[in-house]
Amino acid sequence: MGAFLLLTVTTAFRILGRNRLRAGLTVLGIVIGVAAVIAMISIGQGAKAAVRAQIASMGTNVIIILSGATTTGGVRGGQGSAANLTVADAQDLKKKIPLLADTGWGKRDVMQIVYGNKNWNAPVNGISPSYLTIRDWSFAGGVSFTQTDMDVAARVALLGQTVVDTLFEPGEEPVGATIRLKNVPFTVIGVLATKGQSSQGTDQDDVVFIPFTTAERKVLGTQFLGSIGAIFASTDRTEDLPQAVEAVREVLRARHRLQAEQADDFTIRTQVDIGKVQEGTGQTLTLMMFAIASISLLVGGIGIMNILLVSVTERTKEIGVRMAVGAKRRHILLQFLIEAMTLSLFGGLLGIVLGILSARATTVIVGWPTIISLESIAAAFLFSLFVGLFFGLYPANKASRLNPIDALRYE
Amino acid sequence: MGSLIECRDLWKVYRLGDVQVQALRGVTLDIQRGEFLSIMGASGSGKSTLMNIIGCLDSPTKGTYRLSDTDVGSFDSDALAEVRNRQIGFIFQNFNLIPRTSALENVQLPLFYRGLPLREQRARAAEALARVGLAGREQHYPAQLSGGQQQRVAIARALVSAPSILLADEPTGNLDTESSREIMAVLEGLNRDEGITVIVVTHEADIAAYTSREIIIKDGQIVTDRAKTREPLTVTRDQ
Repeated sequence: MGAFLLLTVTTAFRILGRNRLRAGLTVLGIVIGVAAVIAMISIGQGAKAAVRAQIASMGTNVIIILSGATTTGGVRGGQGSAANLTVADAQDLKKKIPLLADTGWGKRDVMQIVYGNKNWNAPVNGISPSYLTIRDWSFAGGVSFTQTDMDVAARVALLGQTVVDTLFEPGEEPVGATIRLKNVPFTVIGVLATKGQSSQGTDQDDVVFIPFTTAERKVLGTQFLGSIGAIFASTDRTEDLPQAVEAVREVLRARHRLQAEQADDFTIRTQVDIGKVQEGTGQTLTLMMFAIASISLLVGGIGIMNILLVSVTERTKEIGVRMAVGAKRRHILLQFLIEAMTLSLFGGLLGIVLGILSARATTVIVGWPTIISLESIAAAFLFSLFVGLFFGLYPANKASRLNPIDALRYE
Repeated sequence: MGSLIECRDLWKVYRLGDVQVQALRGVTLDIQRGEFLSIMGASGSGKSTLMNIIGCLDSPTKGTYRLSDTDVGSFDSDALAEVRNRQIGFIFQNFNLIPRTSALENVQLPLFYRGLPLREQRARAAEALARVGLAGREQHYPAQLSGGQQQRVAIARALVSAPSILLADEPTGNLDTESSREIMAVLEGLNRDEGITVIVVTHEADIAAYTSREIIIKDGQIVTDRAKTREPLTVTRDQ
């Protein structure tokens, strides 16, 4: 059987090599289909990785609790308009829920930032020091503020990279400089590392952080002491998130004295929810491209079947001779199946090369990130083998069922 | 042990549309080992049908056919393929070599389907080519060989599996007189020197003249079956 397979495979190569143009045109469908599969998977995986990196930039395992909506005289104020979250809520959450690694809080407002003769409008956030830890935000220069700064409501500020770029000349050292918020002077003590775009598309680096107490007393003002816009909490492990979210909801409902029939007066969001939406979009795109690639592979397979049927007719006499000297049905069947699989594998290999090249080209020309995975290459390889097997079966079976007398007499 | 070939009341009936064609109508025939015989007849006489049945390419509608004491009438297609592979060597009018495939590989074919190791296939095929005087032409393609040489490759292919019967269907039909004589000399030599049974199907009397027994078929029946004293061959192998 070994000698038989070896000779059959070399015969298949020789026959296909004889009709190079025909073989090339035949496998074109497979080439395009496989190339499309490889390219689309690498683009899809590149996009997915980019989304994951964005989500991770928010800090992983983060729970965000926003205060609820107000309704005044029929006008509903929107998320965060009701100042019904407090510092006490945040501190109580940490005390009562052991799953939470840390909690932080903040309130924000967009206002003018003045430095020398330049100004810029950006969100100013009054935060607890733990906020930066939860968001996993590192420093490009300087230091963060401390609990002491919080206690004394120190006039110190941390700047995001975008704010630094706008207000300072290149090469100018921001740390130590004095900026003004609502005419209150602040000393810049730190510059944050770049985070880039958030998963919603906003520039996370266009930001100023000051101690929460300073913001409350000197800059942002307050509706009542300790009112905050949002609470941030984190867990050590991602799988603890759903359980932690439920615990947070329970504690807050109890603290806010909500009856069973009343809706939450706050909103809880996690990175997992945001990620799901993004990946869902990606999956729809991948599915669509997969459908296109499948059609292309189907057409390619039919092309192979067509050319094999022609080949069976052309070589009817040869099949007759082979049968006369003792070829059994399975020998003829195997010969044509191997020819079909050689064709489709050849197409598959070409397609893999073309797919990798087009993925690379996409990265270079359009600038989209692409990841070429070994799995997708293996899958494309196996799939093209399967296409050859599937579409070769009919012509091969037809050849093997020829009557030797009729085949020998065929002209 | 009986005859090599034992045909008893063979019938073969085809349907061509509404018409029933009786290609063979009760043929009874015995052929012994080592015979050299010819089957003659006009086209449509049934000689090709008889040859196909003897060659295990076809089965009779009625009657029994025993080859080497085995009733092969009930064999399925794979079993018949096995019998053809081991016991029968075919030689065709138009050679039927596989194009763009070397002489050696063409001759290897029966051994290839028998599943012999590659090395043995090659050695035996080269030996068979040498026996028909084609040593040194192993790597030639059929298109590079003359008609007579191509037919000798076909004879080598028929010989390589050491069959009990060589079945030649109009072996000289596509050859000139000189090549025809050469081919018949090769067949005659194989019969005389190696005792291989050779059956030649032909419609030419001068080809039948080489053989020692002549069977004539007409309308699906044997009308003449006679032994002859073979005239000594006067073939000169020039060129």
